[in-house]
Amino acid sequence: MRFLNYLINGISLGSVYAIIALGYTMVYGIAKMLNFAHGDIIMVGSYAIFCLMSLTGLSPVVSVVLAVLICTALGITVEAIAYRPLRGAASPLAVLITAIGVSYFLQNMALLIFGANTKQFTSVINMEPLSLFGGSVTITGETIVTIISCILIMVLLLTFINKTKAGQAMLAVSEDQGAAKLMGVNVNGTISLTFAIGSGLAAIAGMLLSSSYPSLTPYTGSMPGIKAFVAAVFGGIGSIPGAFIGGIILGIIEILSKAYISSQLSDAIVFMVLIIVLLVRPTGLLGKKIQEKV
Amino acid sequence: MKKVLSMVLVAAMTMSLLAGCASNDTASASTDSSTTQAQADSVDTSDTSADSTDGAAASGETFKIGGIGPITGGAAVYGIAVMNAAQIAVDEINAAGGINGYQVEYNFQDDELDNEKSVNAYNNLKDWGMQILMGSVTSGCCVAVAAESAKDNMFQITPSGSSVDCITNPNVFQVCFTDPNQGIAAADYIKDNNVASKVAVIYDSSDVYSSGIYAKFAEEASAKGLEIVSAEAFTADNKTDFSVQLQKAQENGADLVFLPIYYTEASLILSQADKMGFDTKFFGCDGLDGILGVENFDASLAEGVMLLTPFAADATDDATVAFVTEYNKRFGENPNQFAADAYDAIYTIKAVLEAGNVTPSMSVSDICESAKSGMTSVSIDGLTGLAMTWSADGAVNKAPKAMEIKGGEYKLIQ
Repeated sequence: MRFLNYLINGISLGSVYAIIALGYTMVYGIAKMLNFAHGDIIMVGSYAIFCLMSLTGLSPVVSVVLAVLICTALGITVEAIAYRPLRGAASPLAVLITAIGVSYFLQNMALLIFGANTKQFTSVINMEPLSLFGGSVTITGETIVTIISCILIMVLLLTFINKTKAGQAMLAVSEDQGAAKLMGVNVNGTISLTFAIGSGLAAIAGMLLSSSYPSLTPYTGSMPGIKAFVAAVFGGIGSIPGAFIGGIILGIIEILSKAYISSQLSDAIVFMVLIIVLLVRPTGLLGKKIQEKV
Repeated sequence: MKKVLSMVLVAAMTMSLLAGCASNDTASASTDSSTTQAQADSVDTSDTSADSTDGAAASGETFKIGGIGPITGGAAVYGIAVMNAAQIAVDEINAAGGINGYQVEYNFQDDELDNEKSVNAYNNLKDWGMQILMGSVTSGCCVAVAAESAKDNMFQITPSGSSVDCITNPNVFQVCFTDPNQGIAAADYIKDNNVASKVAVIYDSSDVYSSGIYAKFAEEASAKGLEIVSAEAFTADNKTDFSVQLQKAQENGADLVFLPIYYTEASLILSQADKMGFDTKFFGCDGLDGILGVENFDASLAEGVMLLTPFAADATDDATVAFVTEYNKRFGENPNQFAADAYDAIYTIKAVLEAGNVTPSMSVSDICESAKSGMTSVSIDGLTGLAMTWSADGAVNKAPKAMEIKGGEYKLIQ
């Protein structure tokens, strides 16, 4: 029973990682860049929902929809200003460093606008916790909603990529930007669309993250962002089901190592597992091995 | 298009830099004017302290107390509170006839939470003629300044530098509890008042404040026979999910969870405990002070949370009411515990100078020697504790005040 409780806690933490990892992996899979600012776009999404709900008194659903729009706009803007001009740069490091810069920029802007004081996020999920086995095991409403959203988003993304024209364009861009361009695919537009979707997902991730862990500061997104990145690599970066599985497994490992080994060492253990997985399977659990043709 | 956008971005970043710098140089000069006014106010004080007053009035001698703390930058809230509260205390003392019949001059310098600037401020104050130092406000700066004041053998009392490193020199005394003492006081309070018998601890192992309190708490608890059923840590990089720590506390039957941490994490712990249906008592130290200030915080979560903190602005004793009213009147807000510590620091200085019958004509070192021996013999009834006494190592002995959060307010437990 105790183990079951830990397991459920792990799944609930993992589901938050998973939903953030979806955004990471989506952008990486198509644009082949690590958007380290993803965690901070999540933070912006949380602040947007917080402000819309507490200042203008809008209903949670409307606030979330508006926050998705705000984050989408932010994602497109960041991509257009900071990433697109560097896409042709000689070293892929340039974009990576810029992404870290954008991350700090967003954090400090939030610090300037909202201040360093913690804000308490009111959960937008109004659902009674689920009690099992006569109350000895409870699953919070947030966990249930997060897992369902994760699966739903995963299915939607896969359908979108495989069944629509824009999705096919994304696949083409992810495989070979140059060839896609020659075939008449609008590469810049496709990558913008990828960022738009990724950032819109970030707003939803922000809503779920802050509903589960309600204290909101300008740094709220950074650590979960890094953990989710690890989850994405763990599951095979670029693979959408991989991000989901990676997130859940990471959450479970973290909670179980806290519970049975040491609450201080859990991060060390998580990263050790990552290293082992990468040694055995360099592309992650579900990562595709891409053969370089010479 | 690209160029226009990047120009706009560059302009925005430059603007934000400028905005960040704008509010710096405002407060540092504001303290001197009121001291001179206070001097002018109280010329006719000769009847209070018979023998020394005439000489003082004739020669115009005054005690010069310096203060150092951050009144700009990240910890400005603390420094401003200390500066303001000490000003109130000095004005009151001057209006009531000064110390041993001599008026007090007070000069507060900004250190911007920077160790080096704190030492510079100390040197500026020495040039001004400082005889006694009240500062620095924060631990790091206080340690840096204490090294200098030891060389000069200048009497120094810090209102709020809580690290034990602040008081390693014999000339430095603390008004606030040292970090480890908070742990001891908390364990004693829980045991002596039978608040709980089985205690779980959740602390931040990556933070000196938190792990320092925990170490002493655990020591004192085992000495006193208070059972710690689980002690779980978290780190700065892993402080969003507390489900395991809480679940362990619950499984081990803790009837109280001790949180020697800051209020940001504590607010998360409270809401997670609520979600998992863990109904227990929470107990914290002064780091929890401020939890009700978290914007949009659901105060019902904190209902019944107990914390040991030296000062509550809503206490109903006469001294606190008078101080809070005066502070509100002058500065338009409720004083925090730093303000109360500073107020007590000034009155402690007054008490030791009176105990040693010190006059301003004595050398800095002589004043220090007299004050040092005075510190171990005085007993102060202050805002932050009744019958405060000091040991020669500089640490304060006082009974901590326990507060309970009731109806969304800090209430003193009588």
